[in-house]
Amino acid sequence: MALISDGRFVEDGWRRLADEEDLPKSGRIIVSLARLPHALEKLTPETSLGVLAPNTTEIDALATALPRLGLISIAFPAFADGRGFSLARLLRSAGFTGELRASGRLLADQYTHALGCGFDAIEIPDDLAARQDETQWRAARDAYSRTYQRGYISRGSILDARRKAAQ
Amino acid sequence: MSVHDLSAAARPNAPTTTYRYDEFDADFVRERVAEFREQVRRRLEGSLTEDEFRPFRLMNGLYLQLHAYMLRVAIPYGTLTARQMRCLADIADRWDRGYGHFTTRQNLQYNWPKLIDTPDILDALADVEMHAIQTSGNCIRNVTADHFAGVAADEIEDPRATAEFLRQWSSLHPEFSFLPRKFKIAVTGATHDRAAILAHDIGLRILKNDAGDIGYQVMVGGGLGRSPFIGKIIRDFLPRADLLAYLEAIMRVYNRYGRRDNKYKARIKILVHEKGIEAIRDAVEKEFASMDRSVFSHDPEEFTRIAAYFAPPPYESLPAVSATLRAARNDNPALDNFVAVNVSPHREPGYAIVTVSLKPIGGIPGDATSAQMRTLADASERFGFGELRVSHEQNIILPHVKQDDLPALWRILDAAGLATANAGLISDIISCPGLDYCSLATARSIPIAQEISKRFSDMSRQRRIGKLGVKISGCINACGHHHIGAIGILGLEKKGQESYQITLGGDPTFSAAIGEIVGPGVGAEQVPDVIEHLVDFYLAEREEKETFIDTWRRVGHARFKDALRREGEDGAYI
Ligand code: SF4
Repeated sequence: MALISDGRFVEDGWRRLADEEDLPKSGRIIVSLARLPHALEKLTPETSLGVLAPNTTEIDALATALPRLGLISIAFPAFADGRGFSLARLLRSAGFTGELRASGRLLADQYTHALGCGFDAIEIPDDLAARQDETQWRAARDAYSRTYQRGYISRGSILDARRKAAQ
Repeated sequence: MSVHDLSAAARPNAPTTTYRYDEFDADFVRERVAEFREQVRRRLEGSLTEDEFRPFRLMNGLYLQLHAYMLRVAIPYGTLTARQMRCLADIADRWDRGYGHFTTRQNLQYNWPKLIDTPDILDALADVEMHAIQTSGNCIRNVTADHFAGVAADEIEDPRATAEFLRQWSSLHPEFSFLPRKFKIAVTGATHDRAAILAHDIGLRILKNDAGDIGYQVMVGGGLGRSPFIGKIIRDFLPRADLLAYLEAIMRVYNRYGRRDNKYKARIKILVHEKGIEAIRDAVEKEFASMDRSVFSHDPEEFTRIAAYFAPPPYESLPAVSATLRAARNDNPALDNFVAVNVSPHREPGYAIVTVSLKPIGGIPGDATSAQMRTLADASERFGFGELRVSHEQNIILPHVKQDDLPALWRILDAAGLATANAGLISDIISCPGLDYCSLATARSIPIAQEISKRFSDMSRQRRIGKLGVKISGCINACGHHHIGAIGILGLEKKGQESYQITLGGDPTFSAAIGEIVGPGVGAEQVPDVIEHLVDFYLAEREEKETFIDTWRRVGHARFKDALRREGEDGAYI
């Protein structure tokens, strides 16, 4: 898997823990949603915890865990399945401030959507990364200087620019 | 000066009454074109597979059809300036085959562009503040509105300001660009629904409450296709300040819970149908209540800014009735018929709304040649403040014509083959492209429309029949809106043969209804006969001023069915 953050491929500082693996005493690990309650219980202070959440996860299922999570990785079963965008948005509105990751066959062309909804990083399979290099991800990120929506993250807001120009 | 001599016509260049891009809108559209140019390049060099490229080309209006690509250009809320119409004509000549096709959703389709040319076409459109953004794909589509917006006598408020407000909000939405399925919104501000809002995923009806405040009745879950539904009310009165927040709440519920396992069950109408409108309303209201609405606090100012663009043009004060027109109508029966059928009352005294039919007898519904587009552009500048509209009935409207000018306008239209006096009559047929162009089609639809139109070519007979909507789709996707035609025709394929299913009683207005099947499917050659029998039965049964649908409602579906069956027993049809 390749990880894109800030428009470049970066080393992944987190490790995906298989369900049958023991919890380590330290480090940054990502567990499945099913294992989350157990992991929270056994968590050592030296361990940072992340969770891999299906895109159908209800916010209530994560609500109590949110303050203790360093990362949430939302699975995109297909790039055109946009449920993860809404889930990200809901997690951010619920106050989650850790790293938000989109994991799946996302395309560079969806980078602005992902960033807009509050994702920090995108995790894609290597074959896709081989076809879509950093320049493509950066170009996609910088494609729009301003966008229309309010309350989403973007490089600039058309409404704000308009209001400023009118003053 | 001869009225046919357009070079002698003055071009007043009056202020247009539609939204004008500011630098920010213009930048956005340019960036969108640049992004698409890059996507095309990456597709051709292999960075994107065809499956990956598909949603992005669709979101820029580019389909792969039976014979070629098809580019669908948005005509936001159906309003066009003369300059924009000329640009559409130029594109048709330069990159297509000299014509375009106006659709039922206020779009224009080019049937023969090349993939490599499309970024240049989009750039040419951007030069005149047009685009093809979100005319396709599983995103919020081009928002449509009443084509009589701003001029209808029965209007509470011009719906185009709302439609433009929503166009901006929905463009490249970060959260709602990968929905389970396409999403269509229509707005009306009048007491008659000319925008078929109950057949849309969301329908917005502008209302004024008892306190005199403007708001919206919000309908959700309408749609045609293989399982047609009429929209249901989710909110009786939504204050304008909450519009975007409430729509985001609906979209979020749909994006999360709409079905993705079966594309035929993925529209919001199925979600509403399966969960029930109460459950959907609860979910939406809950989401709405939990949202941070402070981000929308500047919406009212932004709305006012947009609405200012739709101010009425500088009308002259004129007498309500034109003596010139009356005299000309007395002298010229063809003009008289045209005015009786294709001209609607305008809310300004002395003005009229003119429907230019793109349904010549035997022609292809909705097609216009580049020469016709230019004629219409010129006519709109000369007679109508340079403004045109596109209706969901696939016709062009000149919304502000002085009654005094109608005779001169008619002569120009007549010379260009654009004066067919059949607006709303049986030959004003809505038809999808069908098997002649569409890769999903199961049967032809254009030739069926042409045959019906020819069968009823006698215009006085058409006028006797009166208002009658015939709508034809070439497959169950129902792009030709057959479910809401007083007579609906659906082309299917049975054992390798085209078979046409006929429905009666469909209604696209506030009294919306889905048509009922009248009997077994019939072959292509029999369709005009069947229609003729139905019409004859109606004429025999009708009372006073009843329209076809009035009579059908009064005498009942069963009698129409019987009438057709009796014909069948004579050995003729069905
Ligand atoms: S109704 Fe069917 S045939 Fe007609 S345009 Fe739509 S998809 Fe194509």
